[in-house]
Amino acid sequence: MIAFILRRMAQAALVMLAVAFIAFTLFQYVGDPVNNMLGQDATPEQRAQLRRDLRLDSPAPVQFAYFVANAVQGDFGLSLKQGRKVSGLIAERFPATLELAVAAAVLALLVGVPLGVHAALRRGRPSAQATLLLSLLGVSLPTFLIGILTILVFSARLQWLPSFGRGELVDLGLWSTGLATADGLRHIVMPAFTLSVFQVALIMRLVRAEMLEVLRTDYIKFARARGLSNRAVYFGHALRNTLVPVITITGLQLGSLIAFSIITEKVFQWPGMGLLFVQAVEFADIPVMAAYLCLISAIFVTLNLFVDLLYFAVDPRLRVQGGAH
Amino acid sequence: MTPPLLEVRHLRVEIPTRQGTLLALDDISFEIAPGEVLGVVGESGAGKSLTGASIIGLLDPPSRIAGGEILLQGERIDTLPDEQMRRLRGRRIGAIFQDPLTSLNPLYTVGRQLVETITTHLDLSAAAARRRAVELLEQTGIPAAAQRIDQYPHQFSGGMRQRVVIALALAAEPQLIVADEPTTALDVSIQAQIITLLKTVCRERGAAVMLVTHDMGVIAETCDRVAVMYAGRIVEIGPVADVVHRPAHPYTVGLMGAIPSMEVERDQLLQIDGAMPRLNAIPSGCAFHPRCDKVMERCKVERPELMSAGPARAACWLHEERP
Amino acid sequence: MRRLAAALRRFFAGDIWWSFRRSPIAVGAALVALACIFCAVFADWVAPHNPFDLTTLELLDARLPPSWLEGGSPKYLLGTDDQGRDLLSALMYGARISLFVGLASVLLSLLIGVSLGLLAGFVGGRIDSLIMRICDVMLSFPAILIALLIDGIARLRFPNAPETLSFGVLVLAIAMTGWMQYARTVRGSTLVERNKEYVQAARVIGVRPWRVMFRHVLPNVLGPVLVLGTIHVASAITLEATLSFLGVGVPPTMPSLGTLIRVGNDFLFSGEWWIVIWPSCMLVLITLSINLLGDWLRDALNPRLR
Repeated sequence: MIAFILRRMAQAALVMLAVAFIAFTLFQYVGDPVNNMLGQDATPEQRAQLRRDLRLDSPAPVQFAYFVANAVQGDFGLSLKQGRKVSGLIAERFPATLELAVAAAVLALLVGVPLGVHAALRRGRPSAQATLLLSLLGVSLPTFLIGILTILVFSARLQWLPSFGRGELVDLGLWSTGLATADGLRHIVMPAFTLSVFQVALIMRLVRAEMLEVLRTDYIKFARARGLSNRAVYFGHALRNTLVPVITITGLQLGSLIAFSIITEKVFQWPGMGLLFVQAVEFADIPVMAAYLCLISAIFVTLNLFVDLLYFAVDPRLRVQGGAH
Repeated sequence: MTPPLLEVRHLRVEIPTRQGTLLALDDISFEIAPGEVLGVVGESGAGKSLTGASIIGLLDPPSRIAGGEILLQGERIDTLPDEQMRRLRGRRIGAIFQDPLTSLNPLYTVGRQLVETITTHLDLSAAAARRRAVELLEQTGIPAAAQRIDQYPHQFSGGMRQRVVIALALAAEPQLIVADEPTTALDVSIQAQIITLLKTVCRERGAAVMLVTHDMGVIAETCDRVAVMYAGRIVEIGPVADVVHRPAHPYTVGLMGAIPSMEVERDQLLQIDGAMPRLNAIPSGCAFHPRCDKVMERCKVERPELMSAGPARAACWLHEERP
Repeated sequence: MRRLAAALRRFFAGDIWWSFRRSPIAVGAALVALACIFCAVFADWVAPHNPFDLTTLELLDARLPPSWLEGGSPKYLLGTDDQGRDLLSALMYGARISLFVGLASVLLSLLIGVSLGLLAGFVGGRIDSLIMRICDVMLSFPAILIALLIDGIARLRFPNAPETLSFGVLVLAIAMTGWMQYARTVRGSTLVERNKEYVQAARVIGVRPWRVMFRHVLPNVLGPVLVLGTIHVASAITLEATLSFLGVGVPPTMPSLGTLIRVGNDFLFSGEWWIVIWPSCMLVLITLSINLLGDWLRDALNPRLR
């Protein structure tokens, strides 16, 4: 198993390197790296000095090595638009995005799993059909549209919920959370809901499909033949077997949630990394784009690894290598 | 005469399909006495498994019971509401299926599955249930039961797994076990062991067994009586020695003839011409008449009931009592 | 021409058409989709006004509610926006742009994906590994990220791009997010076919295996690719709408449904809900009907369910 972990980590490192390469190309060649590092208002002497420091006259691989070295330390230079250190900007905004993504993921699981189980157990009944249709709607509706519609209904018309920002925050040193105050919670409701809709539909369909598969297996039939109660059969056996692939897939989806938050953050003016990225694209702020890219890949790769390990923990068939006897 | 443990009377099972309703079991009647081993033999598709499934009440929809009665110790069980049927399963009737690999939940230990079954039916504490589970594993021949009880199904070999399945089926001490092809998926070398085990543990407990199989050899070795099924009907039923050595129905004759024998020299294995008819094309009268070498005009028109043919009974006009 | 007629006749006599007629949802979805496509394609003739002809706009007619509400006018069935543009017409023209971008990007995606898939499956070896690796990495990134990146880079390289170029970049960006699924499917089928005897036989005879592959692999692959493509059109349209909403999509002179929604977004709190609702409905209608069609198509073409 150690071999497996090491192999996966090596793969992960490779992917990160590939992404870093793309970011590097962005940084050095698409934009002007000197500009990227120093911003627009630098003197010619500062620029010349930086050219020497950055070894821009060195061969490309050397430059790449330095880029990676800097990247690993979190140094991506200065934001072209805002003039501040990119790492600082991202660190500031990271909590907002993470809280949003986690809230959406939790919501998606809490709503999606029961709905999926219901659709599988009550297959063919009208309530199950309705749930399926709703899930199709959830997958078809663009996220930004859901956001706009919820704002229209709950902010503009009913005036129940606020439509932008994070509200009142509590500063915990490195992290500023919006979950500790009632105001913060009110602010996170609609964005989290919007972000979660697609996930809910996905999870619901996945759970339903898995559960239907599981219900057809011999061990479920045997469990019924042993006279186990419906509750034991459905929730003790069927659900447990269904959830194994579901939980792991959901773990992977956390990564895509963080990426999808781009849209939600724009709609709700949520001050997270996604909004930062969109603004960076609009203004061609290369350092921010490069940094975001690297960070997102790092998150994805870590999540992938984590999910693989989770599989190990949950499915005993993968764990024990000793043969059957 | 002790009253029969299980009585099946005129059971009919139909399967509605888009092309019409098919009659999968057509007027099946038989009995199983307490402690007896009844073999049910026939080709694939004859309806053996459906009979077993109907008895435990686990017919896969859309198949359904369309007529007849099933009685366990004199009480009808085919009309029981779901909850009562569930309590009956495992406690009074146990079941064993063909593939031990897929019969066990791969995510739970063997012990947990055993204890769960035990505590569902018997009022035992967790510790007592666990002790009983270890006992069951020992009785079904699993070595080092006390340690292996905490292992997962994939850590057992095929034969061992089927022993676990047998232990699970017996966990609540049922009076009848329906075994549907319990050895078909196992290595030939293991098959004999498992069959012997099944017979032994059931005998010890006085449990009756309905052994469904297509293997006539197993029947001959293990069963007290045997029922031969063809196209959803029982064509012959009787004590195993009689049916095997003095088959009364032409189909049974054909089946016996198809078994290679160590004693009798033969140049060719006998084969029955033709094939069992499909459910939507069952011949009128006796279902076997197109393939029968002793067919009479009457066979094509009237369906024979089971009638006396020595100690056994056969559904064949050849054995009609001459008045 | 005759072959086409014969093929059509076979199609209408076959299983798929039969299954289609029996499914009310599929028929409904197809009708809706066709209606939308019709309006979009023939917008010039069907639309009551031309919302982009500045000479026909009357600012006095701005912000009118739909005709059935108080203050509305029968001249503008669904109301007008802040510039006096008729929303019904804007919908049709917008749908046209959205559909065009969607279809174009899917076609490009298909082209890239199928070619790469064939190449990977047929040539094998390191090229195969390389293409598959790229596939895997790109698949693990969400579409929106890829599209935004490509768009961002293009913006930098061509800061004052003419319309057609930024349009082309958009189509390319969306195409790059979807080629992977075609590549994988086609590669799989190619691998299967490559090992079949007729390919080896063709090699022995001297026929270029390429030609044989095309004539045999393509038909096998057409089914799943068609299903993928149909569903992809819906997600391409959605992606374009999202990008346009974010401000990095279609150029402002060619407003798609996404652009219209973005405009309408500004009026959420001032009460003119219709400016955002109608384009939203149109978008949902189009994507939902295409998704339903795709779902039905997948079930109809699935040999296991038949």
